[in-house]
Amino acid sequence: MFVIETSHLQKQFGNKLAVADLTLNVREGEVFGFLGPNGAGKSTSIKMLLGLVTPTAGSSLVLGAPPGNVQARAKIGFLPEHFRFHDWLTGREFLHFHGRLYGMSGAALKQRIEVLLERVALVEAGDRKLQQYSKGMLQRIGLAMALLNHPKIVFLDEPTSGLDPLGRLLVRDIIADVRNEGTTVFLNSHLLSEIEVTCNRVVFLKQGNVVREIDLTANNVYVNELEIKLGQVDDAILRGLAEFGHQVQAQGNRIRMNIRDEATLPQLARWLVGQGCEIYHLAAHHPSLEQLFVETMNTKEG
Amino acid sequence: MFTIAHLTFHEARRKRVLLAAVVLGAIFLSIFSAGIYFINDAVAREGVRPPSAVRDQSTRMVYNFLAMAGLYAVNFLLVMMATLLPVDTLSGEISSGAIQSLIVKPVRRSQIVLGKWLGFAFILLIYATCMIGGVAVIVAFVGNYTLPNIHIALPIMLLETLLLLTLSIAGGTRFTTLTNGVFVFGMFGLAFIGGWVEQVGGLLGNQAAQNIGIITSLIMPSESLWRLAAYYMQPDGLGVLSLTPFSSSVAPSPSMLIWAAGYTIAILLLAIRHFSQRDL
Ligand SMILES: Nc1ncnc2c1ncn2[C@@H]1O[C@H](COP(=O)(O)OP(=O)(O)OP(=O)(O)O)[C@@H](O)[C@H]1O
Ligand SMILES: [Mg+2]
Repeated sequence: MFVIETSHLQKQFGNKLAVADLTLNVREGEVFGFLGPNGAGKSTSIKMLLGLVTPTAGSSLVLGAPPGNVQARAKIGFLPEHFRFHDWLTGREFLHFHGRLYGMSGAALKQRIEVLLERVALVEAGDRKLQQYSKGMLQRIGLAMALLNHPKIVFLDEPTSGLDPLGRLLVRDIIADVRNEGTTVFLNSHLLSEIEVTCNRVVFLKQGNVVREIDLTANNVYVNELEIKLGQVDDAILRGLAEFGHQVQAQGNRIRMNIRDEATLPQLARWLVGQGCEIYHLAAHHPSLEQLFVETMNTKEG
Repeated sequence: MFTIAHLTFHEARRKRVLLAAVVLGAIFLSIFSAGIYFINDAVAREGVRPPSAVRDQSTRMVYNFLAMAGLYAVNFLLVMMATLLPVDTLSGEISSGAIQSLIVKPVRRSQIVLGKWLGFAFILLIYATCMIGGVAVIVAFVGNYTLPNIHIALPIMLLETLLLLTLSIAGGTRFTTLTNGVFVFGMFGLAFIGGWVEQVGGLLGNQAAQNIGIITSLIMPSESLWRLAAYYMQPDGLGVLSLTPFSSSVAPSPSMLIWAAGYTIAILLLAIRHFSQRDL
């Protein structure tokens, strides 16, 4: 089931085309990564899905309702990119106020606030004013705010920018937690290594167009470079290996080649052993998301 | 909506704006009552000489003049407060992006505008009532003089305060904070000048000048509301001949009240409509 469906969304600011043509579907319960260089239109897309910005063309459904629908909003959480809040409130008051806006109150709200403060490691700072928070603390309290209502979808616009490595780890864990609770996460980030570990699926956006979609859970797209070290290499072996993949290159007793599918790996190993080869090293390399990103952004002119 | 109104109220409190306003108001009222007290003293000492009928009349004029001067100053104070208190509330949150986390909540945008309006209206109405009432009470107790028709003038001045508040909120849905401040004070200044042109025109019997005044008061009714309030509080003896900032040579038409009330509501609705449609 899709929780977000968009069809040819477009946003033009004056004569600046921020989002050209956005068509995508997000499945229930997945962590969806939304990637692209600065100015690609990621934040603008999120704002259209939240009803903050009216698209100039196209349509979309979020939780089955047009963006901005009040009932649907009760089930949505959002951490804005430029998180600026009412900074004269203390952390607890801030969460309380936003909880009230979600229609929560009383003991249930109080308890939720404490759980979340604990989760984002801000229990002690909870009674300090937001003015005195560091950037990372603000980011974390913002994340707590976005999760107040046990959202069905949470939109996180660069939740880890400005966080130290521990903070990032914390956010990563929280994302994993909320996914396990069944929340769909729409994640917008520049930290590709992080996206790589948290996301099920990513979409690359470039100049307002979707240029590539990658399913990170499927192995086949993901594995492609193989490194082998054998006791001895001869032409027959190389010819034989070419059956399993392509671009076979030998350097002494080291071989590099590309394979299409992870499933070929055990077959290949069995064959090598059958040929009487001594295998010292056999490793498949995932091209990192970063490589894919750079490749996508450089090759396809959008 | 009430959550937002509540937040607005607390914001003014937390940021010490409210405290500053209350302290300023208290100082103003203390100085005013001290002034009345000493003048009262002087009048009482001098008042032995003229025959009592004349004395009563002129004393009443003096107190009326003092009370009106006090209210005129209060009027300015209220204009300032009604403009500046909400001047930043929407424009500031729009430019900082703080508004985004409010808009995505399950509340309508109109509720956000109305909530803020209510919060400020609550503060301003209480403040205005205290200040205007304070002046009237001081004159009544210290000077033993009752301002005529204060029960009519007070609601008119409250309406003026609400009108400026509404304009300031409405401007905030479109302009940056600075532009908004310039806009609202500009409108007030326009009405102010228009009011004077009308007064002088009325004294000289110049119809063209009066028309200019009428047109500006239709564009921005704040000044004519003050004139109307002042007109009600004039003592009977004060003739058409005197021209002070606190009096009216031309009686503003009471239908101005209907216009001003409708104007305020229309501005508020326009603000809600614009805010509901704009990108944030
Ligand atoms: N309110 C606006 N008015 C005019 N242009 C805008 C507005 N908001 C965004 N843009 C333009 O739209 C384009 C996309 O902006 P957007 O903020 O969506 O990018 P982004 O992908 O989120 O970038 P980043 O990675 O830097 O956050 C940019 O070129 C930006 O200049
Ligand atoms: Mg962005």
